[in-house]
Amino acid sequence: MEALAFGIAAGCALLSALAVVRSRDLVHAVLWLGVTLFATAVLYAMLGASFVAGVQVLLYVGGVVTLMIFGVMMTRRHDGATAKLEDPASARAAAVALALFVAVAWAVLTTDGLDPVTPAPMPPAISAADLGRALLHEHVLAFEVVSMLLLATMVGAIVIARRRDPGAEVPRTLDRSAATVPAGEAAE
Amino acid sequence: MTLSYCLLLAAALFCVGIYGLLARRQVVAILLSVELMANAANIVFIAFGHFRGGPTGQVFTVFSLALTVAEVVVGLALVLLLYRRHGDTQVLLASEMKG
Repeated sequence: MEALAFGIAAGCALLSALAVVRSRDLVHAVLWLGVTLFATAVLYAMLGASFVAGVQVLLYVGGVVTLMIFGVMMTRRHDGATAKLEDPASARAAAVALALFVAVAWAVLTTDGLDPVTPAPMPPAISAADLGRALLHEHVLAFEVVSMLLLATMVGAIVIARRRDPGAEVPRTLDRSAATVPAGEAAE
Repeated sequence: MTLSYCLLLAAALFCVGIYGLLARRQVVAILLSVELMANAANIVFIAFGHFRGGPTGQVFTVFSLALTVAEVVVGLALVLLLYRRHGDTQVLLASEMKG
C-alpha cells in the first residue's frame, strides 16, 4: 500500500517535471511545476515531514507558482510571436543529464548499508513542535541569518526592479511607459 | 519505500532540471529548472532525515525553502529588468557585456 502510494507520487513528480522542461508554453510549464511541487509535498508527508509538506503547499504551490505566472505574464512578448523555447543543443543537454543520472544512480545502487537488511521499525514522525524547538535552540543563529537574508532580498528585488527613470528604459518595440509609471513617480 | 528509492527519485528529478537548464533559452524557463533541482535536493534532505532519525533534515529543508524563494524573487526582478531593456527574455540577450 505504501509502496503503491510512493510509486504514484513519484510518477506524478517525474512526469510533471518532464512536462515542465518540455512544454512549449511557459504558462503550462509553470502550472506543471505546481503539480511537481504538490507531488513532492505528498512525498514529504509520507516521509514524516507533515509540517514541511504544509509549508511546501502554502509557500510554493501558493506563492512561487503565482509569482512565476505573474513574471511570465509581465514579460510576455507583445508581437504575438511565440518565443522559441528550445535550443538546438537540446540533444547534448539530454546526453549530459542522462550521463549524470547514470553516475548518481550507480553511486546510490553500489553503496552498501543505505537500506537496512532487516526492516527497522518506522521512526516516529517529527512534529512541528520538535521542528520549532530545533530551529530556535540549536539552529537559532542560522535562523536569524536567514531572516536577514530575506530582508536583504526584499530590498534588493525592489531596487533591481524599480523603474529609475520612467520613459528612458522602455523597450524599443512598444510604447507603454505612460500606462506603467507608478503613481508615486508620476506625481513627482 | 526505502532510502535508495527516494535518492533515485531525487537524482532523476535533478537530472530533469539539468536538462531544462541546458536546453531552454527563456530566463523564466531556466528559473523553473533551478526550482526543480532545488526540490530534488530537498527530497534528499527529508529522506535522510526520515530514515536516519532526527529533525536536522527538516531544518535544512526549511532553510532551503526560504533560500529558494529568495532566489526566485531576485531572479524575477532580474527578468523584469532584462525585459525592460530588451523587450524579450531570451537569456542570450544578457551576454552583451561579454568581451
